[in-house]
Amino acid sequence: MELLSGGDILIRALSDAKVKHLWGYPGGAALHIYDAIFRQDKLNHILMRHEQAAVHAADAYARATGEVGAALVTSGPGATNAITGIATAYMDSIPLVVISAQVPQEKIGEDAFQEIDMMGICRPTVKHSYMVKRPEDIAETIAKAFYIASTGRPGPVVVDVPKDVTDPNNKVAYKFPEKVKLRSYQPTTRGHSGQIKRAVNLLMSAKRPVIYSGGGVVLGNASEQLIALARQLNYPVTNTLMGLGAFPGTDRQFIGMLGMHGTFEANTAMHHADVILAVGARFDDRVTNATDRFCPSAKIIHIDVDPSSIAKTVRVDIPIVGPCDVVLADMLEQIESAQLPTDGPAIGEWWQQIDEWRERHGIYTASRYTPSTGDNIKPQDVIKTLHKVTKGDAFVASDVGQHQMFAAQYYLFDKPRRWINSGGLGTMGFGLPAAMGAQMAHPDATVVCVTGEGSIQMCIQELAACTQHQLPVKIIILNNQALGMVKQWQDMQYGSRYSHVLYEDSLPDFVKLAEAYGHVGMKVDHYDELESRMEECFALKDRVVIMDISVDHHEHVYPMHVAPGSMRDMWLSKTERT
Amino acid sequence: MRRLISVLLENEPGSLSRVVGLFSQRGYNIDSLSVAPTEDETLSRLTLTTRGNDHKIEQITKQLNKLIDVVKVIDLSEDTHIERELMLLKVRASGAARAEIKRCVDIFRGQIVDVGPVTYVVQISGESAKLDAFIEALGDATILEVVRTGVCGLMRGEKSLKI
Ligand SMILES: Cc1ncc(C[n+]2csc(CCOP(=O)(O)OP(=O)(O)O)c2C)c(N)n1
Ligand SMILES: [Mg+2]
Repeated sequence: MELLSGGDILIRALSDAKVKHLWGYPGGAALHIYDAIFRQDKLNHILMRHEQAAVHAADAYARATGEVGAALVTSGPGATNAITGIATAYMDSIPLVVISAQVPQEKIGEDAFQEIDMMGICRPTVKHSYMVKRPEDIAETIAKAFYIASTGRPGPVVVDVPKDVTDPNNKVAYKFPEKVKLRSYQPTTRGHSGQIKRAVNLLMSAKRPVIYSGGGVVLGNASEQLIALARQLNYPVTNTLMGLGAFPGTDRQFIGMLGMHGTFEANTAMHHADVILAVGARFDDRVTNATDRFCPSAKIIHIDVDPSSIAKTVRVDIPIVGPCDVVLADMLEQIESAQLPTDGPAIGEWWQQIDEWRERHGIYTASRYTPSTGDNIKPQDVIKTLHKVTKGDAFVASDVGQHQMFAAQYYLFDKPRRWINSGGLGTMGFGLPAAMGAQMAHPDATVVCVTGEGSIQMCIQELAACTQHQLPVKIIILNNQALGMVKQWQDMQYGSRYSHVLYEDSLPDFVKLAEAYGHVGMKVDHYDELESRMEECFALKDRVVIMDISVDHHEHVYPMHVAPGSMRDMWLSKTERT
Repeated sequence: MRRLISVLLENEPGSLSRVVGLFSQRGYNIDSLSVAPTEDETLSRLTLTTRGNDHKIEQITKQLNKLIDVVKVIDLSEDTHIERELMLLKVRASGAARAEIKRCVDIFRGQIVDVGPVTYVVQISGESAKLDAFIEALGDATILEVVRTGVCGLMRGEKSLKI
């Protein structure tokens, strides 16, 4: 058997766990590991400019591919910088393995230089974590970490590696385990057949059904099964922010996103539904509004691989624990083999009602905002133009704020894994490194970062890493000269007292900034040139382009839930509410 | 409602902190906690008492089960079970009180395990309520120190928490 040092074992094990790209940043405790990286050429290490961004990029790589993302950081500040990234992945259940270097074991507990209790500090943000104590244990720990990260409800796993464990002078036998088994961890692989039968019966009897599908359908690669079931039933489908693309956004049966900034038709249909099929969604507070007023007449079927998601915030009538793809396929199989009919006339009427809602206030049947004119560009129109220019086929990574919601509403995603955003933690700064992760995963694809002038400044340093690693992402800044989403709340709830959401002429010149990093910068402040400049931007296939687009400073995101209230209580514009 | 939850846990470094962390992170109460290795040294058994309605307890159980190091969880209070807690109590025992305390200990089937010139150390075990009642029964006696182990428990009959 081959004898290797801990550092070499770690890198070999990552390769054997099928890692192609490792996003990282070196430091003292990670030196042995970095030396091992230097002496091999299988694993591609991507040097970022900040550990938060390294983790975001690895996370987005996972979101864009379905594989497990991998990041490497040093001890102390490297580890603490990684926390925001790990927490972001945790909240969205993203499969990720983060290796953090640690001070040598004999120094642990002595407040050594760059010592931080990573196991302790990351605990509430990980699915699981390990500290490796002997080089002999590295391979097995890595195998376990990847197994845990990617199975059941996915999530980040941290592996903390003290420096002495990677000592180049201590060589031990290397063997990567072929299989991992954990007696305390056995994710469910099938739904309960009795529950599925009950669910199917309820589903077929529905008169006002809604399929409410979430991020779990994307993560669980269940989009195909969801589409097949929805088509078979001819029921309306709404997606959560995390679920966008799992059901095609341009499909007739798609009634838009639901929740705080969901469409009128989706939220209203949910409110009036008699049966809700929730798949891989978690009834979080940005969806439900007040839970005691949530969908008063609905019987709820809830499919989720994580039992703790079921009945956490909202009572459920038929819980089904299992992977979304398997359960949905089982349901469809039962419906097809028994040729179970839906209530045709009732469903016909339901669609008439939904179409009437769409006509009345839907954002896809008419423009519900004053259109762009001259030098007043509407943010919604930027997203619509982006959709047109990229033919609806881009990977769109987003930051957090109004621009994120406009992108979610107006870029109609037809495929899963195209929309990459921090939904659970809402991490500003996610967008740019996320776009880089997606670009690395799909080098020939068009990758866009939709961002605000606020968010982009939170990981702007990665413009340098884009140059170094040739990641030609396109950055679309919806520049409203403000922390717009916060300002919107200040408008709505604090009498427009704009406490610290404005920059007083301190914004950088984004065109010059782009150029300083060797990229292309464009400034757009007229609506007539928006589309042509955007065409130009996307024609520059191998360049990073920053488009700094001036948008209306006063625009708000609508619809918006009136809180606390029910699903159907919404502001439709600054002056109109349901 | 008070609940007694028993957890079989991998005896790994940090596994206890995951359980305790879960409770503070999600705002659940822990009223008492006891933990020690079992006959299988790779496993620890942890018993905790908590409070909450059925919904809360269901979430607690599910969240505990979700921890990778947790092998099994049962809610002992759902079924007939035996629960015990041990208490050591140092009490001032001089003059007339000395005999009075001794009588009280006998009534509660406790033991005096250390005798000093003016103190007793009393050992007493049973359900938590009995321990509370003993303290109550001591009345005016001056309690110098109390230490309790926290509750542990087992299901009655053949059912057992095993892998
Ligand atoms: C790291 C972080 N800090 C603060 C917030 C709170 N927050 C949410 S949206 C927002 C404003 C974002 O501004 P910008 O990026 O310009 O987007 P806009 O809303 O203007 O489109 C802020 C500060 C956050 N989500 N993340
Ligand atoms: Mg802004």
